[in-house]
Amino acid sequence: MNQYQNKNLRKIWINSIVNHPWLIILMVIAIVAAVSYGGKNLYFRADYKVFFDKDFPQMLAHEEMQRLFNNNDNAALILVPKEGTVYTEPMLGLLKELTDEAWQTPFSTRVDSITNYQHTRAEEDDLVVEDLILERDAINSQSIALTQQVSTTEPALVNRLVSPDGKAAVVNITIQLPDKENRTAEIIEITEYVKAMTDRYAEKYPNAEFYHTGIILLNYSFATEGQKDMLTLVPSMYLLIILMLSVMLRSITGMLMTLIVILFSITATMGTGGWFGYFLSTGTINVPIVVMTLAVADCVHLVASAQFAMRQGKTRTEAVKFAMDLNLMPVFITSATTAIGFLTLIFSESPILADFGEMSAMGVMIAFLLSVSLLPALMMVIPMQVKAEPEHRGGMENLADWVIKHNKKVLPISAALMLFFACLVPLNEINDESTKYFAPSTDFRQSVDKQEELISGMSIINWALFSDEAGGINDPKFVQVIADFSEWLRAQPEVDHVATIADTIKRLNKSMNGDDQDFYRLPQQRELNAQYLLMYEMSLPYGLDLTNQLNIDKSSTRIVSTQKNLGSKEYVELEERAMAWFASHAPSIRMTAASSGLMFAHIGETNMDSMIVSMLVALILISVLLVFALRSVRLGMISLIPNIAPAAIGFGIWALISGEINLGLSVVVSMTLGIIVDDTVHFLSKYQRARQDGNNTEEAIRYAFSSVGRAMTITTLVLCTGFALLTLSAFRLNADMGLATAIIIFVALVVDFLFLPAFLLLTDKGVYSKSKIANDAADQNTKTENEKSELLDVLVKN
Amino acid sequence: MNALTKLTSAMAATFVLTAAINVQAETSAAFDITGLSAEDKGLAIAKERKNRDLGWGDSTSNVIMTLRNSQGEESIREMRMKSLEVNDDGDKGLTIFDKPRDVKGTAFLTFSHVDKADDQWLYLPALKRVKRISSRNKSGPFMGSEFSYEDLSSFEVEKYSFKFLAEETVNGVATYKIEQIPTDKNSGYTRQVVWLDQEHLRGQQVDFYDRKKSLLKTLTFSDYSLHLDKYWRPMKMNMVNHQTKKSTELNTTSLEFRTGLKDSDFNKATLKRAR
Repeated sequence: MNQYQNKNLRKIWINSIVNHPWLIILMVIAIVAAVSYGGKNLYFRADYKVFFDKDFPQMLAHEEMQRLFNNNDNAALILVPKEGTVYTEPMLGLLKELTDEAWQTPFSTRVDSITNYQHTRAEEDDLVVEDLILERDAINSQSIALTQQVSTTEPALVNRLVSPDGKAAVVNITIQLPDKENRTAEIIEITEYVKAMTDRYAEKYPNAEFYHTGIILLNYSFATEGQKDMLTLVPSMYLLIILMLSVMLRSITGMLMTLIVILFSITATMGTGGWFGYFLSTGTINVPIVVMTLAVADCVHLVASAQFAMRQGKTRTEAVKFAMDLNLMPVFITSATTAIGFLTLIFSESPILADFGEMSAMGVMIAFLLSVSLLPALMMVIPMQVKAEPEHRGGMENLADWVIKHNKKVLPISAALMLFFACLVPLNEINDESTKYFAPSTDFRQSVDKQEELISGMSIINWALFSDEAGGINDPKFVQVIADFSEWLRAQPEVDHVATIADTIKRLNKSMNGDDQDFYRLPQQRELNAQYLLMYEMSLPYGLDLTNQLNIDKSSTRIVSTQKNLGSKEYVELEERAMAWFASHAPSIRMTAASSGLMFAHIGETNMDSMIVSMLVALILISVLLVFALRSVRLGMISLIPNIAPAAIGFGIWALISGEINLGLSVVVSMTLGIIVDDTVHFLSKYQRARQDGNNTEEAIRYAFSSVGRAMTITTLVLCTGFALLTLSAFRLNADMGLATAIIIFVALVVDFLFLPAFLLLTDKGVYSKSKIANDAADQNTKTENEKSELLDVLVKN
Repeated sequence: MNALTKLTSAMAATFVLTAAINVQAETSAAFDITGLSAEDKGLAIAKERKNRDLGWGDSTSNVIMTLRNSQGEESIREMRMKSLEVNDDGDKGLTIFDKPRDVKGTAFLTFSHVDKADDQWLYLPALKRVKRISSRNKSGPFMGSEFSYEDLSSFEVEKYSFKFLAEETVNGVATYKIEQIPTDKNSGYTRQVVWLDQEHLRGQQVDFYDRKKSLLKTLTFSDYSLHLDKYWRPMKMNMVNHQTKKSTELNTTSLEFRTGLKDSDFNKATLKRAR
């Protein structure tokens, strides 16, 4: 498209808005209403699985294991007596009642606690298998003593269902959620049920305190904390924007118009998302705030330009035309680069981060469209008061003079600082720990911490061992491997508990031999193993069978280890050590490890690989766009440094603040690139124009500072505030992402103000040729355009 | 067992005795359930069902059990079952496992009772000993399948309270839909819904509801064959677990009645010799 057509289109667009504002307003309202209606399709998915692609290897392994053995998603109720231990009549009575009632939990398939533990003992020549506490009424000092003795010695119980000191006990409810995509309603139903249940017991037994953990509670917390964010962060952002706009625009109607555009941008974005089948999740819940933040920048440019023109005595129509003419292209380019940055998140390994990128990119473009259609139309019909200018202090010019004067010091110092922080980047470590995604103030996190303090972590790993032979579990050699591996796991420092069929077999051997402790070992005969297990299985009551440990042809078994709540590095290391153990001790046996924790442990690494691709794509696309926007390869190359450096410095600072890169952090580079590039474009394009007008480097830098310095400062302030607000989120992913983004955007401004001019003074001393100007933007070639740019300069100075 | 259960069991036992005495008369007479309350109607149908099945004596069958999970894995169990009808109590059963080979020769002896917990013994050939099983736990899976021991034990009127729900057509067959609530508190179920065909009162389908009253399993009966001109037996039973998506198919490959089994073939001593 040549310049002529381009200009013509722009003219048609602007004229139709100026001449038919009501028509435009009505059309926009109609379209926005229709699009926003799609919001009815949005729903919140409270499921940790939203973080993972359907084909994610660890997810496939996890789901396969859940099908081979019974599902072990759970809700854990932790009973903590305020005084004493659980080995008292009221506390064991409570546990017994709670265990029985827990079977009523919706979607429950199994309930385990120390009271319904299937204790085996020999009675004469018979095997007795029964609940440790059979009847509530039969609890006496004798049964309490037995329970305590078994609970403190039985490896299946201690550190999992009861703490070694008896200060806490767990009722573990296994849940089988229906096989469908959105299970939020079920998760809420289950959680509310168990909470109401424990509330009743807490009232009945004043000595009891309850905590709730488990996968179901993790999912529930994703939903509730997400909704809290929606209800608190979005309104606070609105208030902040009202405040900022009042200060910057100094006009009630101007502020209201901007608020309308922002509101429409959000509803249209979320509505479009609804029509396209997106759902709300921990990731996409940030979209409204991001869209708000970016829409403000667009609107401020337009409203401020119009106000400026009106102050110059222009009519409202002329002012709107002026503002549109001046801003259409820059606002488009900055929106496009921002959208590209967000769009590259489609490379993310985590679907909800891709969704977040896609929806935000849509939102940015919707905000652009509305701010160049609805906003000017509103300005045409709503009067806007224009107050007198405040005193102009010339802070930007002073800054420019200072940088130019001290550039011999500024350049090496800023370069050294940039290098220093860049060197800190490798100190960051990839770490995703789903339990720590929640702030310490949340109920869920407090429960998890309490559980870890008193009993064990909440993170489990399922280890499936395959003999690849029907009935392989009976083979003494295979059972020996199971037992050895279980012992090895128990010896690992990060492991709190191991549930293994090997213990059951040893215990059976003992009970089948008159409870002789010498027989607490593995039988060496295949048939004996098989027949003991058969006998045991026939003795087990409803729900407490072995199907969670053995597959149907008994060729494989699942060992479940409970860990301290580990970071992803420790998780992966434990997994690798286990693989190595098998390679050297039992190379013929196939082993797979899976759990939700392992999924999170691997997603960080996998996602980082894909995010590096995304960063490179964003960098290339945006650089190409910059070369076109600036129409100069040379300046395009120079701009690379201020575009890349902020992320490097930001992550260097991050290494000092936290040093943990989680899923939220992984998207920050791609996301911020599109935003920080805007500042560079503004600064360099003004600088370039001044150079082409025949100014030397120093004069051009002064010109750039005075023309866009203030605008850059304001937009940076708005963006930093918006993203910093996310730090109030109870989701660590969102809080961390918000903080890192705010830091990087702020660093970008500092780099543009200090390093970039000093660097230009060093590298860009040559004279700009006239031929270059001939190729340059049409803006500079006509007299009217020059007038406009001068107007802009005056405007921005204010 | 609490007093109430004892009382109902005792009453039920009396019903069975009366029913047994009147068996000839009742089966030949027209089966009339009009004008009864839902509970009485359900009970009347259940009694009639039991009555029509009285007098079969004993039977021997070969059974193949196929276990499946949602992952597509399959596992086969083979066993021989011997049953003896007991007139004033639950039936006696002897099951000998042939496959998997690790449990070959394991024999399972049961005396089911109408008024108390069943007696169960298991002979373990590897240990060469007979062990008694605590039968309070009768609701666990039978050999890792979707059937529990409870599902496979003989139908006794005393084990449930009944309620007639509706007349329904299932797969083109006119049926009675009846609710059965287990009287034993150790049952794994809160209720069962049974569809019996109106003509022969044979089970067509059973829905099992778990402790939290949600649908757990569905059992469907098919390939009914008639024995001794009077007794219908399904050659195929398929149990589907709706919650775990696992299923178990039970196929009877051969079935013979009145093979001369005696009470003395069903005791702890003969258990060791069972082959």
